[in-house]
Amino acid sequence: MSKKISRRKFLVKGGLGTLGVLAVGTAIFRNPIRREIIDFTDSFIAPYLGTGTEVNLWFEITKHNTILLHSPKVEMGQGTFTGFAQIAADELDININQIEVIAAATESGIVDNLGTGGSLSIASMWTILRELAATTREMIKLEAAKKWGIAVQEITTKNGIATYKDQQLSYAQIAENVTEWEIPSTPTLKPFKEYTLIGKPIPRIDLNAKVFGAPIFGMDAEMDNMLHAVVLKPEHIGATFKKANFTEANKMPGVVKIVQIDDWVGVIAKSYSEALAAKEVIDIEWHIPKKWSEEEIRSLITVGSGNEMLVQKEGNSLKKDESFLEIEFKSPLGAHAQIEPNGAVASYKDGKITVIISTQVVGITQKQVAKALKVSTEDVNIIPTFLGGGFGRRLNTYHAIHAVQMSKAVGQPVKYFFTRQEEFQNDMFRPPTHHIMRGKLNNAGQIENLEHHFASGNVATESVLLPNITNKILGADLGAIRGGSIHYSGIKNRRAIQWHKPLPFATSWWRSLGLLANTFAIESFVDELAIQGNKNPIELRLAEIKEDEEGIRLKNVIQKTLQHTNYSDKVKDGIAMGFACSTDAGTPCAQVVEVSIIKDEIKVHKVTCVMDCGIAVNPDQVKAQCEGAMIMAMSAAMHEKMYIEDGQLQPTIFGPYQMAMIKHAPKEINVHLIQGIDKPGPVGEPPLGPIAAAIGNAVRRLTGERLTEMPLKLS
Amino acid sequence: MNISFIINNKEVTVDVKDEYTPLLWVIRDHLNLKGTKFGCGKAACGACTLHIDGAEIRSCSYAVKFAAGKHITTIEGLGNEENPHPVQQAWIEEVVPQCGYCQSGFMMATAALLKENNNPSDDEIDDAILNICRCGTYYRMRKAIHRAAELSRDQKS
Repeated sequence: MSKKISRRKFLVKGGLGTLGVLAVGTAIFRNPIRREIIDFTDSFIAPYLGTGTEVNLWFEITKHNTILLHSPKVEMGQGTFTGFAQIAADELDININQIEVIAAATESGIVDNLGTGGSLSIASMWTILRELAATTREMIKLEAAKKWGIAVQEITTKNGIATYKDQQLSYAQIAENVTEWEIPSTPTLKPFKEYTLIGKPIPRIDLNAKVFGAPIFGMDAEMDNMLHAVVLKPEHIGATFKKANFTEANKMPGVVKIVQIDDWVGVIAKSYSEALAAKEVIDIEWHIPKKWSEEEIRSLITVGSGNEMLVQKEGNSLKKDESFLEIEFKSPLGAHAQIEPNGAVASYKDGKITVIISTQVVGITQKQVAKALKVSTEDVNIIPTFLGGGFGRRLNTYHAIHAVQMSKAVGQPVKYFFTRQEEFQNDMFRPPTHHIMRGKLNNAGQIENLEHHFASGNVATESVLLPNITNKILGADLGAIRGGSIHYSGIKNRRAIQWHKPLPFATSWWRSLGLLANTFAIESFVDELAIQGNKNPIELRLAEIKEDEEGIRLKNVIQKTLQHTNYSDKVKDGIAMGFACSTDAGTPCAQVVEVSIIKDEIKVHKVTCVMDCGIAVNPDQVKAQCEGAMIMAMSAAMHEKMYIEDGQLQPTIFGPYQMAMIKHAPKEINVHLIQGIDKPGPVGEPPLGPIAAAIGNAVRRLTGERLTEMPLKLS
Repeated sequence: MNISFIINNKEVTVDVKDEYTPLLWVIRDHLNLKGTKFGCGKAACGACTLHIDGAEIRSCSYAVKFAAGKHITTIEGLGNEENPHPVQQAWIEEVVPQCGYCQSGFMMATAALLKENNNPSDDEIDDAILNICRCGTYYRMRKAIHRAAELSRDQKS
């Protein structure tokens, strides 16, 4: 991670034709296969994976003396661009108003081939971005030194201005007319205490754009002479195209062309409304090989069925004739339900392709489009926008291909996006899960055995992100096992066994992957062991955490949570506290919820969250991530559920697909951050882990009922 | 056919083929105001919320013909950086948005609520704000709504 940028590989692109533009590029190649696969799946801390050999753009100095950072990662709400701006500005010696961040397009910048996700953006870019910024600052100083005819050591930089005695030049003035840049070896990074932006809770840099309605999203993009399209896709699981009659639709006003490709039909018209109206009159028949039922789908995901994979083996297994506690848990099929539908604006002209799109995988989408349209990758320019929510849904934006195919068919740019029904029926869902927890206490009141047997559909398997070979090597689904191992290192006998089976429709990455359901099962069960053994649930947990580095951090987080909440396992005035914790991607997180039952409904009044994500580059945005992630997890755990009816995925609209609204959100959320390591760790997903179990644990104390199935409802 | 209305204090006439075209698409595609968002097309999520004669409507399910002669306000007309609406000011102070996509709809819904009630209780907020935010910004949003109410009251007094 901390590998220095070698001088040889640090390239500069000059002569871009724009006055005062400095382009600094790197070529850093790290082989994604070569890294330790197991480490990767356990921690999910992958290195930044820049592209290889091209000269690419990182920073541009504008004539207004601001610096534009072409980010290899996209902004999907996590405040990543704000964090990048703070990190880069601190080493560039510019102030926060002098930096702007945009997502790099494939044609003009470096895009991360791993995409944006896994809570990795800040963590993976932490070192490299500071090195690049520091190097750029030194390059500017070298040019200033030449202009002034002095030694570079005599120059100081601040607020985008280089100063030598009483002389000053702005970065823009220095960069003007420079055609050949001298590149120093990577400078030593500043000591942490010299940073003035990193670690500060500054407002998001995209705040004004988002408060005043700026057109920053994929849905807002347009191209000149653009047509609008809608697509018909099969509504039944596994259905394929059979036949269609377009006669009536072709006569509809505004219709330019109707295309049928593979198993979809595209209606291209002058306006969106006209395309939609024409779609309504298409007479289409699908071949439906089988009408799946809810029971059939659920029965596919059952412990004991599918590929078995031993994920964790410490000590002995429980024997059948022993007495132990066993509880089954379940979680349903979940939708991403991001509010901005998927779509793309695409242009195909003379074999050159441009796509403007909300995507988490800029580089992969480029390759997908190139392959499908049989052009070279260099002829495809993917321009990413701000995302109206990602949550893992946009880790496969294959629909870019459809938009390009339609543009090619009409010889004009085409804008196309999903209807909400298509969004729900073509989501790449969070798979349902089934868990059997087994365990027992010994005579000393410690946990003697703890076993997690769990079943899931695909998460990482068959995804475009990881080569399928990794799944073949490991036998398990790398995403579904996230949070599935038992982190209580003091327990002698531990098992985590995964059963994996694909479903007949796409399931894939959903924010935090397996963590949500796995932590629900494990942390609910540990609490039940405590209750049945008459133990304090926190003391039981603390006794089973070894004091290695990870253990110390987890213990710290737990103890801080207790201090902040005065945790008690006794119900008081109709309110019970529920506790749960998890370590995800190396970030320990503990939560306490305060719950009561109002009119037979579970009501969460207050949540306290303590997390150790190392350095919080922007503590306010880290807290915002905790707040939002916990509310999203609550929504999934208490309200959301997809089901299968008459062979179709249902429901297809918000409302019937119940999601948390403002009335469901806790009125009080307290987030406390601990810095247990001296680098930034993952943030966006770890807080999704504990809350479902914490709520279940509180309800158990209030009603005596152990909730074992999401969405959590009282019986 | 031509339909005229006033949008963000500007009189406009749009030529639409179908008078039942949802107002949302006229605003986004004819008038190129992209701040009002498409989320579901069935008035279920609130991303397309705007004001007609001061009242909150979901424009994805509102035929443009019904807007004829009326005053429409979108997020672009609510306020601007130099002169933000109290709701926008509060949203900035509380740093509410994450992905930001649903936020225009929430701010428009809040502005409509505050017009009726400039000191809403938590329960009144719960009853009035029925939009959906997937990033889960509700906690800050509630704080921002109370703050916006306070700013609105200050403006009046």
